[in-house]
Amino acid sequence: MMAKPFFRTVYDVPREEYLAPGHGLCAGCTAGTIVKLLLKVAGPNTIVVNATGCVEVSTTPFPYTSWKVPWIHVAFENAAAVASGIESALKALKAKGVLDPSKKINIIALAGDGGTYDIGFQALSGMLERGHKVMYVLYDNEAYMNTGIQRSGGTPVYAWTTTTPVGKILKGKIQQKKPIAEIVAAHRIPYVATANPGYFADMMNKFKKGLEVDGPSFVHVIQPCTTGWKFDPRYGIVLARLATETGLWINWEQEEGQFRVTVTVPRRKHVRHYFELQGRFSHLTPEEIEAIQKEVDLEADRINKLVGRTVIGPLVE
Amino acid sequence: MESVLKITWKRLPLSSNFAIAQAVKDSDVDVVSAYPITPQTTVVERISEFIANGELKAEMIHVESEHSAMSAAIGASAFGARAFTATASQGLELMHELLHIASGLRLPIVMSVAARALSAPISIWGDYTDVMNARDTSWVTLIASTAQEAYDSIIQAYKIAEDPRVFLPVMVAYDGYAMSHTYEPVYVSEKADAFKDYIPKNPQWYTLNPDKPVTIGSIASPDWYYEFKYQQVVAMKNAYDVVKEADEEYGKRYERKYGIIEEDGVEGSDITFVTYGGIFGTLKESVEELRKKGEKIGLARIRLFRPFPSEDIAKIAEKTKALVVLDRAITYGVGISGPVSREIISSLYSSGIERNVYSFIIGIGQRTVTEKDMAAIYEKTKEMLASHEKQKESIYWGVRE
Amino acid sequence: MGWKELPRGGSILEPGNSESRYTGDWRTFKPVIKQDKCTRCLRCWIVCPEPAIYIIDKPYATSSGRQFKFSVEVNYDYCKGCGMCVEECEPKAIDWVEEEK
Repeated sequence: MMAKPFFRTVYDVPREEYLAPGHGLCAGCTAGTIVKLLLKVAGPNTIVVNATGCVEVSTTPFPYTSWKVPWIHVAFENAAAVASGIESALKALKAKGVLDPSKKINIIALAGDGGTYDIGFQALSGMLERGHKVMYVLYDNEAYMNTGIQRSGGTPVYAWTTTTPVGKILKGKIQQKKPIAEIVAAHRIPYVATANPGYFADMMNKFKKGLEVDGPSFVHVIQPCTTGWKFDPRYGIVLARLATETGLWINWEQEEGQFRVTVTVPRRKHVRHYFELQGRFSHLTPEEIEAIQKEVDLEADRINKLVGRTVIGPLVE
Repeated sequence: MESVLKITWKRLPLSSNFAIAQAVKDSDVDVVSAYPITPQTTVVERISEFIANGELKAEMIHVESEHSAMSAAIGASAFGARAFTATASQGLELMHELLHIASGLRLPIVMSVAARALSAPISIWGDYTDVMNARDTSWVTLIASTAQEAYDSIIQAYKIAEDPRVFLPVMVAYDGYAMSHTYEPVYVSEKADAFKDYIPKNPQWYTLNPDKPVTIGSIASPDWYYEFKYQQVVAMKNAYDVVKEADEEYGKRYERKYGIIEEDGVEGSDITFVTYGGIFGTLKESVEELRKKGEKIGLARIRLFRPFPSEDIAKIAEKTKALVVLDRAITYGVGISGPVSREIISSLYSSGIERNVYSFIIGIGQRTVTEKDMAAIYEKTKEMLASHEKQKESIYWGVRE
Repeated sequence: MGWKELPRGGSILEPGNSESRYTGDWRTFKPVIKQDKCTRCLRCWIVCPEPAIYIIDKPYATSSGRQFKFSVEVNYDYCKGCGMCVEECEPKAIDWVEEEK
């Protein structure tokens, strides 16, 4: 029996801000939305470990910082390892009586797909295997955006990036998007979820659950990027929602081995609604779009079977 | 200063690795994050035993690589905990970017390095190429030559690192295999909390604390970066005095001290040997034999390598007629390729002291060096001096043609 | 500021001091909330990435007689003119106005 969700309406969202404006994130960067809401859930007793990337660079150009909680940046590939060190220090100092054992401090490792899928994979896997009580939040804009839109293991197939450009012979990324959340779930940690800033209550509930489990947790958030995906900045949240409405981005959670889809899609939209808005997919042929649509249909069937009911509905629009 | 606390010592047969593990326990370290690598492994194994037996109340993070070992140590130290790691050779290389970051973030981490040769070809045997390779990383670096010194230096290292005039990480290096795995009698404290007055726990560096939120590790544009790096230059300079003071205080409290450069018979000598690490033992034995034959030979062992004690070396040079430097590392691409000999030559130039400095490379990849070799090196040096030879290239002692 | 006064190693000691950077000069268009049409659903406040939309203690009575205890306003010091609030607003209470130069 699932507990009542903590966040249901906008009025459940705390007013206090822990992300200060004045940072250099692009106009319309949904990472700002995600981080702002993450900090509202986590509150002031939180330490954020940020990998190198868009969020890190834009929020801490010396002498300015947008963080109102303790924050550390060390390198690109080791947010999980640094967070492991902080978590162990917290445990050690509590055990030695230096810190009040009842003092609750959240430790969040925050990294992009850059610092997680590829270069950061080892440190992440190690942290999960060792069972540190750290919540890892992956903001996925599907490319190495901070260095200028190069492909990552999280870039979807066919997407244009500067290292998978659309040329005469090769057109966009060849490989599929690495199923990072599934790989993390295979580590059998207490809580894994995928989330979407277009569904803020669902996302915030997942952050809250992740912070409460006694062990590692992982929340994979889709983060539409106006600059790298090439769309008008005003559509950031609209696109995020379209990703779910087309079945391309399923919001699920795995809690102590129990899998559930937390945002149902009763009437599914055709994937072209999602691709049409993005310049990085403008070269897609009708055949390629249909091929992707078929993949989505198959995945929807698989998920529905897995869950035992229709959570991702039929293609309607 | 408060009255000297009388510690009761117990005398144990320990390898340098075990002595270091003992020192980590006696320094009341909070977090250890390390990855095994020959010849450091028994440091971490012994620490694990202490923790498993409840003798050391610390968290041991079994990291999945040395890069994560240093990352976790940085995280722990940034939280205000006393952090330790240990490595060698390839492990030290894997964490290389983080060595710069640890010092750049001004965190007082202590690390022991069982000096080992670098790949390729892979060698698990000792030399100082890995330690020398890290000399640009702004880590205060001490080189021990006995297991006792390794033990004492780890404890002193925390005093140095955590001093507000320094706030830099400290590396304690020692010979891989020749010291890490050979047993010597070592005096260690009987009681675990014996050093708590010498190295009290009082984190004064910027820490991650929700009651006082700070941002650590910002991005610094050309308008700002330079000043932060200069702060490190100043901290390294301060470290010289802090190392000296830490050693003096240790001597007053615990009746053992080492100084910056250990010297013997330098005054009035014709030639003074300079080296570092465990090979000093072999050198001492050879020189004693040569002295019996009437040779006027001085001995100097560099204990503090970074910051480099230029003035101390100049003072030693003044008291002798020539220097012979035995390096156990090669910096490729320069004629005089012994790293310490280069530091010495540069120090003498800055001091305006003119002396012949002869550079010999020995013990690479743990190539055996005996007393006979030392004696032969001495003869060769006398020859070069007599013919007023200005050395253009280090002599790679023992390389087979 | 020289090396003596600067905090060690690039650390920043005042939390949230980026508030002194007015990113409002980035925009070319600005959102204007029509208080009379705004239903105070707060979705614009949720999505704003800066954040540059504030909930303020300003009661308001609409022309049709609806009473609200608070209002929602844009902070033009920080608003970068991305337009996500305009897209999010269901009653279409936010106008998209070109900045005068």
